[in-house]
Amino acid sequence: MLNRQQAPDFKQVSTINFIQAAESKLQNNVPVFTIYSGEQDLVRLEFIFSNVNWDLQKPLQAIAVNAMLNSGTAQRTAKEIAEQIDFYGAFFQTEYVQDQSSVTLYTLNKHLAAVLPIVKDVISHSQFPQHELDIYIQNQKQKLQVNLKKNDVLSRKEFAHALFGNTAYGVDIQAGHYDALQRDDLVTYFKSAYAPNNCTIIASGKFEEESFKLLDEQFGQYWESSNAVKNKFSFAEREKQSIYREKAEALQSAIRIGKIAINRTHEDFAGLQILNTVLGGYFGSRLMANIREDKGYTYGIGSGISSLHDAGYFFIATEVGADVCADALKEIYKEIEIIKNELISEEELDLVRNYMLGSMLGSLENVFSHADKFKNIYFTGLGYDYYQKYIQTVKTITAEELQQLANKYFTTEDFTEVIIGKK
Amino acid sequence: MVDFNRFTLANGLKVLVHEDATTPMAVLNILYDVGARDEDPEKTGFAHLFEHLMFGGSVNIPSYDEPLQRVGGENNAFTSNDITNYYITLPSENLETAFWLESDRMLSLAFSEKSLETQRNVVCEEFKQRYLNQPYGDVWLKLRPLAYKKHAYRWATIGKELSHIENATMEDVKAFFKKHYNPQNAIMVVGGNVKTEEVKALAEKWFGSIPAGVRYERNLVKEDVQTEARVETVTANVPLNAIYIAFKMPERLSPDFYAFDLLSDVLSRGQSSRLYNSLLKEQQLFSDINAYISSSLDAGLFIVEGKLVEGVTMEVAEKAIWAELEKMKNELVPETELTKVKNKVESVLVFSEMSLLDKAMNLAYYELLGDAQLLNKETEAFLKVTAEDIQRISNETFTHNSSSTLYYLTQENA
Repeated sequence: MLNRQQAPDFKQVSTINFIQAAESKLQNNVPVFTIYSGEQDLVRLEFIFSNVNWDLQKPLQAIAVNAMLNSGTAQRTAKEIAEQIDFYGAFFQTEYVQDQSSVTLYTLNKHLAAVLPIVKDVISHSQFPQHELDIYIQNQKQKLQVNLKKNDVLSRKEFAHALFGNTAYGVDIQAGHYDALQRDDLVTYFKSAYAPNNCTIIASGKFEEESFKLLDEQFGQYWESSNAVKNKFSFAEREKQSIYREKAEALQSAIRIGKIAINRTHEDFAGLQILNTVLGGYFGSRLMANIREDKGYTYGIGSGISSLHDAGYFFIATEVGADVCADALKEIYKEIEIIKNELISEEELDLVRNYMLGSMLGSLENVFSHADKFKNIYFTGLGYDYYQKYIQTVKTITAEELQQLANKYFTTEDFTEVIIGKK
Repeated sequence: MVDFNRFTLANGLKVLVHEDATTPMAVLNILYDVGARDEDPEKTGFAHLFEHLMFGGSVNIPSYDEPLQRVGGENNAFTSNDITNYYITLPSENLETAFWLESDRMLSLAFSEKSLETQRNVVCEEFKQRYLNQPYGDVWLKLRPLAYKKHAYRWATIGKELSHIENATMEDVKAFFKKHYNPQNAIMVVGGNVKTEEVKALAEKWFGSIPAGVRYERNLVKEDVQTEARVETVTANVPLNAIYIAFKMPERLSPDFYAFDLLSDVLSRGQSSRLYNSLLKEQQLFSDINAYISSSLDAGLFIVEGKLVEGVTMEVAEKAIWAELEKMKNELVPETELTKVKNKVESVLVFSEMSLLDKAMNLAYYELLGDAQLLNKETEAFLKVTAEDIQRISNETFTHNSSSTLYYLTQENA
């Protein structure tokens, strides 16, 4: 007779294998890291550029250049670029994040030779036509208007600005910043940032000798260097800040609280990630268990640690019923106090260890995820031993060590607290 | 190509196995053939609320999530108008835990009052967060009842209104479980680093003894053919005027489904598409413009939606959309343009095979359609579509008398 009350036997994840990146260089010394897998006949190529020449007077130039990269070159209009890429079934994406701007190409290998010259044209000869800029400004301002009606978006903006002020990490973008965009500034920024000496290429998939040659032919030559200065920020400790923006009609309030903490390079980072998982980093976390599953105040609540190049931060975020906002806040702070004052039980800690190891294994789903893992370490100056140490820490950290970390980092007396809605 | 093996247990549970030795993980996906379309019109949002309750403990296992997390697994679920789909990913060596958990909640739930009480609140907060407290969040709550008058697609999966969720009782929960949650109404897909023989043994062990239950015979009211243009205007605290036009299109298994999908691609896939270039770039009438299909199992919707550039009148904007639709009716899509959207679809299908979970979900869905092998015949079906097909369906679809138009206006425009 089957005993359904008895859980089947299980094992903790023992080994996690990483597909390590192999480094090579184009003729012009642009580093190319290949994360190889021959499973599918396709490749993802990422061209990653550091954000440079930060200028508070022109906070949108890096963002606009990235978004408008495919809006026309001397040879091709925006429409022609899109048509040609689409014709080959390829995907061209641009992304701006706090520290980097990137261009990503996804293509089947059989079309690589055809699409690479288009990407080269875009990355080295983009022109930012004035009429395209006008359309960009108009439509981005409209998108901003819609976003400013969303409480969670407002809470993110306020929180980042409170922590990081007028840097690329925290600047509060308003409609006027779009109006101030000038074509000349974009062209200047483009030439500074999208240069071979500021570029790292990550190739993942079935990327072989033949493909490397194609890449080298296009990007290894006829591409001008620049002397841009990589952004560098430093941040002082912040005092406690409380920001409240009342929205009379709000059905829910967006809450975001936290502080500047540490990034991946710090020795406490892995431990803090484990602590964060216990508090609010997975579905079974304490915040979810209390504020969603017990009280029903919210559809979701979570916490996280974000690692940027020049800083890291810890945050708790949720949207809760406007009528229970004060109660939800009280419960959040209560959970923080408990994790600072009481040892995590072995049972809970074991669960979190196993969950995190399984989650790490599962996050290596395909060759692209292996490449993402490489980017995490490479751009923070770490090696693969980072992951070995991380896994070791997950397996062996003690409840006492976690409590010490809680008291070191969850110092609510200097937390920034943002509430948008009603309280 | 997604390979699979298939077998059926004596109680009617269909099982598909996709072996993929390149991953150390396994996926267990269970699709229940029940969605919001199966709800009582007076108790809408129930299929989705029920999905939440499936995580509130089962007859022999008090907590669903905890034992799964303990073995390194993760799970989630979603409900649509057609289906409810649950999935687990976990290290393959702990696969049996997934069988244990999923089989127990198919056998019976704990039906805890506390769980019902909490999840009613959680779902009400979800309703607010996603539909009511967002600019344009309630569009589908308005558009569905405009486009559908009889069919159960006239309400959204979240439900018609908060009160339907607030009033759900334990009696409703038990009846719903009995009606829909049995082996005959489910399709299970196990994928990843697994072997078919091992899956067979585990399926027999954990699911074999679950009673077959009574098969649910779906008998939904059909929508009448629409013969009049429908229009509704709402005003709300939003910054921009917007327009949504919904046209009727055939059911998922219609041979024309693929032509409709490509039609939406010609109009709206990416920056080389027609609506983007004509309406957003050249005429600058919209800051956002899209066309897409609802992909529902029963007769669905083809939607065109856009946000107007400030200062553009609704009349001008709407006319411009129709001019593009008229072009689809009057002219054949050029061969290169058709090849372009077909190449894109082909490439999307190859890239989708990078994800184990996507493969497992797709197998379950296509098995529901009638045969999981259809998944591997998709590319072929898309390639067969001709420019004439697209012109023909455009003529059948893009008429005022089969359109439902929602004008979503700012308060200044009220």
